[in-house]
Amino acid sequence: MTNRTVTHGSFTLERVYPVKPARVFHAFADAKMKEKWFAGPSGGWTQGEKSMDFRVGGVEVSKGKFTDGPAIEFQAAYWDIVPDERIIYSYWMTMDGKRISVSLATIELKPEGNGTRLKLVEQGAFLDGFDDPAVREKGTADLLDALGRSLEG
Amino acid sequence: MLNQRDGGERLDRVFQALADPTRRAIVERLARGPAPVSALAEPFAMSLPAILQHLGVLEECGLVSSEKVGRVRTCRVDTATLSLAEKWISERRLLWQRRLDRLGALLAAEEEQGESEKK
Repeated sequence: MTNRTVTHGSFTLERVYPVKPARVFHAFADAKMKEKWFAGPSGGWTQGEKSMDFRVGGVEVSKGKFTDGPAIEFQAAYWDIVPDERIIYSYWMTMDGKRISVSLATIELKPEGNGTRLKLVEQGAFLDGFDDPAVREKGTADLLDALGRSLEG
Repeated sequence: MLNQRDGGERLDRVFQALADPTRRAIVERLARGPAPVSALAEPFAMSLPAILQHLGVLEECGLVSSEKVGRVRTCRVDTATLSLAEKWISERRLLWQRRLDRLGALLAAEEEQGESEKK
């Protein structure tokens, strides 16, 4: 039996890029450009169905599977698009068919000097944890490794 | 509820605490089980006060707790800090950090290409 839990969380990330907002916006709006940075490095991941309809009400789908890992499905819907300024979409993710989160992502682009300040806020409902302590311990170790790599990298 | 005011700030402190390789090594050691301060200090070529300072940072953000019995202070990982929800949020945050860094590299590469085409 699944232990039903919901935890709400949010985080904010900011970056300054040395290009005009239009260029950054294009990297989100153009499927080919987005593919180059949004998905992870190709190793260990098999991409399945993938589509993107970048307009208000449009849907984006991505399905795939980690080698020796879970199948992941992502579906987003765009709700606000202001060219070169703002994108808001909601999305859900499933892991092996179980829904693990439903989130709202807000991306704001503001000119700064000759560049662009990007602000990303994600607010999510994280669902039904894997309450197995062994899984949790493994997850903690993985997280520490990932943290280390990202901070060193 | 983990929002930016409480959980988010704490998460930031956790990330900052783990930005240091010595502190990560200490947490990794403690993930295998509780240990006295002297045993934690042993593998490091640094003074005990320096180790105590690192432990102080880890205790402040709630990653590690310690208890003194007699003359021995024993440390343990406070697993509640790295609860599943926070783990998920951290992972999502890490995912986005990597994405935004890749985007930056891509935009910079394009910029360079654009510059050289102008010449």
